[in-house]
Amino acid sequence: MEFFTLHDFMTYTKGITYLVMGAILIFMPLYWLYLTDRDD
Amino acid sequence: MAHEEPKYQWVTPFNMITAIVLFIGLILTILRFTQGIGGVTNLDNNNPWGMWIGFDLLCGVALAAGGYVTSSACYVFGLKRYHSAVRPAILTAFLGYALVVFALHYDVGRPWKLPYPIFVSQGTSSLLFEVGLCVFLYLTVLFVETTPAAFEWLGFKKMRTWVVRLTLVLTIFGVILSTLHQSSLGALFMIAPSKLHPLWYSGYLHVYFFISSMFAGMSMVIFEGSMAHRWLHHKMDATHLSESTGVALGFGKAASFVMMGYVGIKVIGLAVDNNWHYLTTGWGAWYLLELIGFVLFPAILYSVGAREKNLTFVRIASLWTVLGIVLNRLNISLVAFNWHLPAADRYVPSFMEVGTTIFIVFLGITAYRVITARMPILHEHPDYKEEH
Repeated sequence: MEFFTLHDFMTYTKGITYLVMGAILIFMPLYWLYLTDRDD
Repeated sequence: MAHEEPKYQWVTPFNMITAIVLFIGLILTILRFTQGIGGVTNLDNNNPWGMWIGFDLLCGVALAAGGYVTSSACYVFGLKRYHSAVRPAILTAFLGYALVVFALHYDVGRPWKLPYPIFVSQGTSSLLFEVGLCVFLYLTVLFVETTPAAFEWLGFKKMRTWVVRLTLVLTIFGVILSTLHQSSLGALFMIAPSKLHPLWYSGYLHVYFFISSMFAGMSMVIFEGSMAHRWLHHKMDATHLSESTGVALGFGKAASFVMMGYVGIKVIGLAVDNNWHYLTTGWGAWYLLELIGFVLFPAILYSVGAREKNLTFVRIASLWTVLGIVLNRLNISLVAFNWHLPAADRYVPSFMEVGTTIFIVFLGITAYRVITARMPILHEHPDYKEEH
């Protein structure tokens, strides 16, 4: 990926970061359910 | 106590090794304070911080986080089922921080100047000042939190009652101080973006240090609990023995969740700085070994152990995580620091630095054994059994 301006860089990295954050927001509650589903 | 106390054996292999290590450590201490720092270390202008900072201080502080994690779980979040883990965790934290300050003398020298940054010449704009102030205050808090066990042992009932009344205030103060200095130790390295490899350098370094201190502390409580269960079994009463499984499984589950979150924010760090291309290099392989091999893998091991109620998995994961924390702190302070320097200029600790570090670790183990053999740390004092 080639960047010519700071704006290009920020748009790219922020875009990827938001996708990662979205994936984490979905994953973490599911992981919590996996960890606790056998609790008494 | 639950068991008849066996007659103490002074001559054991472990005691012999301890005696040898402590003797060599004393010689190294004399050498350090008579020959100067250059006489015993491989430190130079490129690497002014070596193993004593990387291991004794950074790992020592991270692994002593069990104190604030356990006491806040019990007293702030009201998880009283972890009460039996509080005193061992507080003692470990107190000894950990005391040894951090002790080890710092070897690096800094001039022990009589220790109070200067706090009482004489405050560098209020410096992160090191904040770390120093927090460690000074938190060590005081941990000392006060340790005193009830000493007062019970000495029979000072009134003083013990007064200190126990302060428990919640001390716990909250301890959490605040830990939040500050655990993160600040990471933030110290943000001053050197050109020296630290981009995979480890991040604008979120302080967040990484604080979050990782949580699961470091929980793992240390589990690891130390399993060691106590194995070697100090006769010092534990029925309550401590019966609660130890619940502590290990509960902390294992919590550590697993926090570790997954840590992996998540590490990936966010890669995305924010667009460092993906470094992952295909040799440094990337080392970074992935740290993140996948020593964070993600033990997190999964913890989760399986907690779900299946498998203590062996949880205990292995705790040791694995402790090693991972050591690897992470050494990577940031030594391995990935000055990564661009030619091999001839890279820092490798001298055998005397390693010897001093081993001496300090053994000093901590010896102090823990001496205290737990006398004070009600792994068992309740018979006069106060009804209080919990």
